[in-house]
Amino acid sequence: MLTKRIIACLDVHAGRVVKGVQFIDLVDAGDPATQAARHALEGADEIVLLDITATHEGRETLLDTVRRTAKELFVPFCVGGGIKSARDAEQVFTAGADKVSINSAALANPSLISTIGASFGAQAVVVAIDARRDPAAADPIRDAQVFVHGGRKFAGRRVVEWAREAEQRGAGEILLTSMDSDGTRAGFDCELTAAVSESVSIPVIASGGAGTVAHFAQVFARGKADAALAASIFHFGISTSRSLKQELEKSGVPVRLPC
Amino acid sequence: MRVTVIDYKAGNLTSVLKTLHYLGAETQVTDGDLSLVSSAERIVLPGVGHFAATQRLDATGLTGAIRAAIARGVPFLGICVGMQWLYAGSTEAPSQPGLGVFAELCTRFPEGYEKVPHVGWNSLEPMPGSRLLAGVESGAYVYFTHSFKGPVTQDTAAVTTYIEPFAAVVERSNVFGVQFHPEKSAETGLKILRNFLSLDVEGATC
Repeated sequence: MLTKRIIACLDVHAGRVVKGVQFIDLVDAGDPATQAARHALEGADEIVLLDITATHEGRETLLDTVRRTAKELFVPFCVGGGIKSARDAEQVFTAGADKVSINSAALANPSLISTIGASFGAQAVVVAIDARRDPAAADPIRDAQVFVHGGRKFAGRRVVEWAREAEQRGAGEILLTSMDSDGTRAGFDCELTAAVSESVSIPVIASGGAGTVAHFAQVFARGKADAALAASIFHFGISTSRSLKQELEKSGVPVRLPC
Repeated sequence: MRVTVIDYKAGNLTSVLKTLHYLGAETQVTDGDLSLVSSAERIVLPGVGHFAATQRLDATGLTGAIRAAIARGVPFLGICVGMQWLYAGSTEAPSQPGLGVFAELCTRFPEGYEKVPHVGWNSLEPMPGSRLLAGVESGAYVYFTHSFKGPVTQDTAAVTTYIEPFAAVVERSNVFGVQFHPEKSAETGLKILRNFLSLDVEGATC
């Protein structure tokens, strides 16, 4: 039976894992390669490394980080942050990533999705979407606003129509972050996730708001998510992927166990 | 041991090469040097993307070289589209023939049931006696990402079910194929690759 994936996410700045609420008050949380290996051993189904270094010098550091992290990692490995061109993506793949996550660059230049897909396969292209419900819209959920630049700027797109376009252009997966829920630990936005997941045939990874095991069970059941991203829930030692999955299994969620 | 890895310019070989190195194999990559195939001890054909891209194997002469190597008894492992290529062809690219070791056609998952592609960790039901799956328990999880698949036949070494049962592993004599990505399938995947690397080369001759 196909299982629901629990994806561990590492925010990386200047070659170090950092943690903090909404990129504020960053605290050093260790070496990315060590942390990724630990998450894989603790049962994560996949690792996402999100580079929040915006500088040019940061790119070389990132590639070195990706190389070191990929070296002994035998679960799917996705890298995002600052990938603006097919060339940037190629460097990240050559360093050992299996997938790249693109966000602002895909909105600015949607053909980037198909360009990367043509060379590396659709399965290697994850389109990340940061969305916030729009109370002023006819449908506040399906017409949730898509934001770029870390959530500071409205991209002029609506979540469902953009997710569908990304799929048509050859995206392999959608990584959907609810900006309303992100950082709250009050639960995923299940309605938003379901609206997107039911509008596309590719997997949707839910992100933003995880605080308890029940939140994950909800986003898989009500939110129709195919996978869920967990970040701070692990960093703060609340839970490992394995213990999270053991609890989810008790709630009837199909998960990869033993792992 | 030495592994010849076939590059037909569809996708990224880094993960497969890295994993083979981790398991102690030396690798040589060829995108058209047939001597590396004719002298191969073991051959791995990774592959992602569209079945039509396998046309490059025909254009470069690799298809004929691989066919000859397989006839000599060289262990061959096709991964994902590399497995599908072992069949007569795929409805994804009807005019592009596969190697034809297995007579059937690969087909797309039927629409209207679940999402297609099939992406994620799903379980294997291995058949008794599979050499590639020695030590792999029933229910072991591996990582898939694909929209096309081979049918369950007498050559199927493990079945996975998504919408319907399909061939997750195919095995006949020295020819092996896996629809999933063993290089991304944690300990189960490493075990399967280790089994491939430790196959007795002479013993595999048919």
